[in-house]
This record gives sequence, structure tokens and C-alpha cells, in this order.
Amino acid sequence: MKPDNKTISPPLWILLELTHKCPLECTYCYNQLDFANTKDSMTKDDWFRVMEEARAMGAVQLGISGGEPLLNKDLLEIVKKANELKFYTNLITSGVGADISIVPKLKEAGLKTVQLGIQSSDEHTTTLITNNQNAFKDKMAFAKACKENGLQLIINTCITRQNIHQIGDIIEMAERLGANYLEIANIQYYGWALENINALLPTREQLAEAKAITNHYRENRKDMKVFFVVPDYFATRPKACMNGWGSTFLTINPSGVALPCNTANTLPLNFPNVKEYSVEAIWNDSEAFNYFRGDSWMKEPCRTCNEKEKDFGGCRCQAYALTKDMHEADPVCDKSGFHHVVTSKVEESITSDKQPLYRNKINSMNIIANRLARSCK
Amino acid sequence: MQREKFLVVNSHFQLQYEEKQSCYVLLYPEGMVQLSFSAGEIMSLCDGKNSCDSIITALVEKFSNQAIESDVIEFLDEAMSRNWIIYHEAR
Ligand SMILES: C[S@@+](CC[C@H](N)C(=O)[O-])C[C@H]1O[C@@H](n2cnc3c(N)ncnc32)[C@H](O)[C@@H]1O
Ligand code: SF4
Ligand code: SF4
Repeated sequence: MKPDNKTISPPLWILLELTHKCPLECTYCYNQLDFANTKDSMTKDDWFRVMEEARAMGAVQLGISGGEPLLNKDLLEIVKKANELKFYTNLITSGVGADISIVPKLKEAGLKTVQLGIQSSDEHTTTLITNNQNAFKDKMAFAKACKENGLQLIINTCITRQNIHQIGDIIEMAERLGANYLEIANIQYYGWALENINALLPTREQLAEAKAITNHYRENRKDMKVFFVVPDYFATRPKACMNGWGSTFLTINPSGVALPCNTANTLPLNFPNVKEYSVEAIWNDSEAFNYFRGDSWMKEPCRTCNEKEKDFGGCRCQAYALTKDMHEADPVCDKSGFHHVVTSKVEESITSDKQPLYRNKINSMNIIANRLARSCK
Repeated sequence: MQREKFLVVNSHFQLQYEEKQSCYVLLYPEGMVQLSFSAGEIMSLCDGKNSCDSIITALVEKFSNQAIESDVIEFLDEAMSRNWIIYHEAR
């Protein structure tokens, strides 16, 4: 089962999820529905040790994310430490949750890049998506402060039915804010996004139009790089999720649980905790990290498919969420016997008038309680 | 390429030698390029105190090879068009 250790290459990308608390309640958030159960139990020294161990293995990119990383009081020290270790440090933030005076301090601590989540070019839509009335103002101020302090600014915009018609305005706004890059991401349907899919999924026509507007911008101006992440629900092949399980990425969640991707703990596997094992032991020897390495775990149609080197059978979390078997092909693939699950979700969402559920603690606790009630029956 | 102007690595990138990979790497958001030996030698001299001309002089001396001039210029042009390096403006 376990592939030869020599074939395991070290992680290049480490993502620290400092907390799952967040002042915003984005309906498209990929965080786990039961995030209210995740305790913030990593101390500053625990984070330091994880960074040292990962760096010693050869990791070079560090993402600091969450929830909202600005809520962690040790953020500046963590950035400073990361910089001393010679990581390339990326802060992935909503821009809400700390006083704006933190921006120059982040720069001074050695931060390289801010990836700022922006939902809309107007205040009303931002509030609609995030359930927070100050979000828009705070984000604008944060973006401005990043540029004034010489930080590289990447704007991340998650596209849903609520904002897809604003693509043109969002591109122009990102340019006015001086963004170095704009990433327009058609969201991945995990966590809260999957729960809310009927309220979020745009139509194929809306997507085509958004793509056309993006291309028009790209052809006419090149000052800002614009990436357009295509949504896999409208595709017939899955994405090569995380570049292969346990090949490149390592996420540590707020409790210290080590994961091959941000949402892997939705799978029925036992993930090791960095408070019990070294990063190296976790990466090389843990059962969970070895579980989907190589292709011996695959079932048909992946097992004999000539494209398995290309997409590794797609995303394990998506396979499990939609088929209840984590060894299945990602049902986005039209060779999968479960592909109809994806197409029927697309169909269903078109006519649905479901209201999205905000990602907050109370909703999370209700979901946890309902699950318990169901499993007791 | 303005050959006498000082060159520096764009502050949004990060250049460093990686023992694990035995080469210089250039880091940028969510990515990395592993530099070839000669690219690493050239880039590491873009420190704000060297110009294209002084880099050529330094490398000609270091490798006792006169024939590298056009390679250095070609690489620096390429690096500049990719925004890896910029002219170091006097403060
Ligand atoms: C979970 S957030 C945490 C950091 C911070 N709270 C923020 O929103 O930027 C990390 C990144 O994932 C993006 N994101 C959130 N939900 C997503 C989804 N369902 N699909 C794709 N990207 C998503 C956010 O826009 C953000 O750039
Ligand atoms: S995507 Fe929104 S809700 Fe999720 S962590 Fe980021 S700001 Fe919070
Ligand atoms: S059958 Fe499996 S390996 Fe082949 S393309 Fe589909 S998901 Fe990828």
C-alpha cells in the first residue's frame, strides 16, 4: 500500500490556518460546515516549530490563512519568523479583523504578498455575500494601505450568482486599487459552498459571458494580470486536485491537524496532529498522507484510464461528498458512473430559489446538532 | 538594456540559494523557478550595486571566459521583461 519513500518528494507549499473564526460569513466559504468544533489550540511556538520543520524539508512557500488570520494576535511574529526562515510569505485575508495600522507592521515583518478577498465592486453586494456591513469599507482601506506600504497585492474574487454580473466592474476596481494580479475564481463546491450550491451556482450562459468580459480585458490592457479559474461543475474532466495527494501541499488547521488539502478532514481518514508527530514523519510515514499516493487505491474507471497521470482521478473530497465513497472517480469526470450527480445539481440549481446559509458559528452549531440528532435515530 | 544602470531583484520576488535543490530559486506568489547555474550567478549579482557592465566584468573574471557577454545581456533582457529585475533608482 505504502509507496516507496524515495518516490515521495517534499512539500513545497505550507498553508497555516491560524483560526477558523471570522468576522465575515461568506456564503461561498469552503471551510468545513462543522468549523465551530475546531479549537484554536496551536500556540505560537507550535506554529514556529511547524514552520522550521517544513522549511528544513525544503518547503519554500508559506500561506497564512483561515478563517481570518488577522484575528490571531501572534500574526506579526509568525510572519517575522517565516521571513527569517526564508519562506516566501503570503497572507490570505478578508482585510477585516485588525486595525489598519497592522499593514505597515506586516510589511516590516517581511510579508511579501497579500491575497485580499473582495466580493464585489459595491457595498450592498458585499454585505449581501458576507453579512457584514463594514466589510466593503474595511477592504478598500486595507487594499489602499497594502499599496501605500509597498506590499504586492493580489485580489481574489470568488464568483457566484450574486456577483457574476459585476465581473467588468470588479476588474476595473481591482485595477484602480493597483492590484498586481486579480484572480477570478469560480468557486469550488465544498463546505458552505456545497451546502449553498443551489443559491450560488451561476448558469453556463453567465459563465460564458464572464469569461468573454475577462478575455476582452486581457486583450485590450495588460497592466494587471487576470487569472480566470474555470469551475469544474461545467467540465467533463476533473482538476488535478492539489497537484496530487501528498505531492506538494500541506495544510495545518487551527487544532494542529495536518491535511493534504484544506478540506481533507471531511474524509473518513485519521489525520495526524503536528503536536504529536514531526512534519517529516507526517509527510513521509503517516497512513493518511500515503493513502492516495500513487494509483493502487483507484477503482474503475480510473484504474485503467489513460488520463490518470494527468488528473490523479480528481478531488477526493468531491468524490466523497458526492458519491459517499472516497475511492470513486471525481464525479465531475464524465467517465464516472456518478457524473449525473453533478449534472443534476447543475439542473436543480437553475430553478431553485433557496436562500443561502451564512457561514457563522450559530449555523455551524445547528448543523453539528442536526447531524448528531440524525445519527442517534 | 541600459548597461551602466544598477540592477536589483524586484522586491515582490525573492531570490535565494536552496541547499535542498542545489541551486538558486526565484520565488513569487504560489510559484518558484529553479535557476540554471549561470542564471543563478547573474541574478545573485543583481543586488543594487551592480550594473549589466559590472556583472559582465565580474563573471568574465570569475570564470576566465571572455565569451559570456552576449549570454549575460540576453539573460538580463529576458529577466527584465519578466519583471524579475528592475533598475535600482537612486534614492
Ligand atoms: C477560506 S479563505 C480564508 C482567508 C480569508 N478569510 C479570506 O477570505 O481571504 C481562503 C481563500 O479561499 C477563497 N475561497 C473561499 N471559499 C472558496 C470556495 N468555495 N472556492 C474557491 N475559493 C474559495 C477565499 O476567497 C480566499 O481567497
Ligand atoms: S471566505 Fe469569507 S467566511 Fe470564509 S474565511 Fe474567508 S472571509 Fe471568512
Ligand atoms: S476516469 Fe478517472 S483518471 Fe480517467 S479522466 Fe476520469 S477521473 Fe481522471
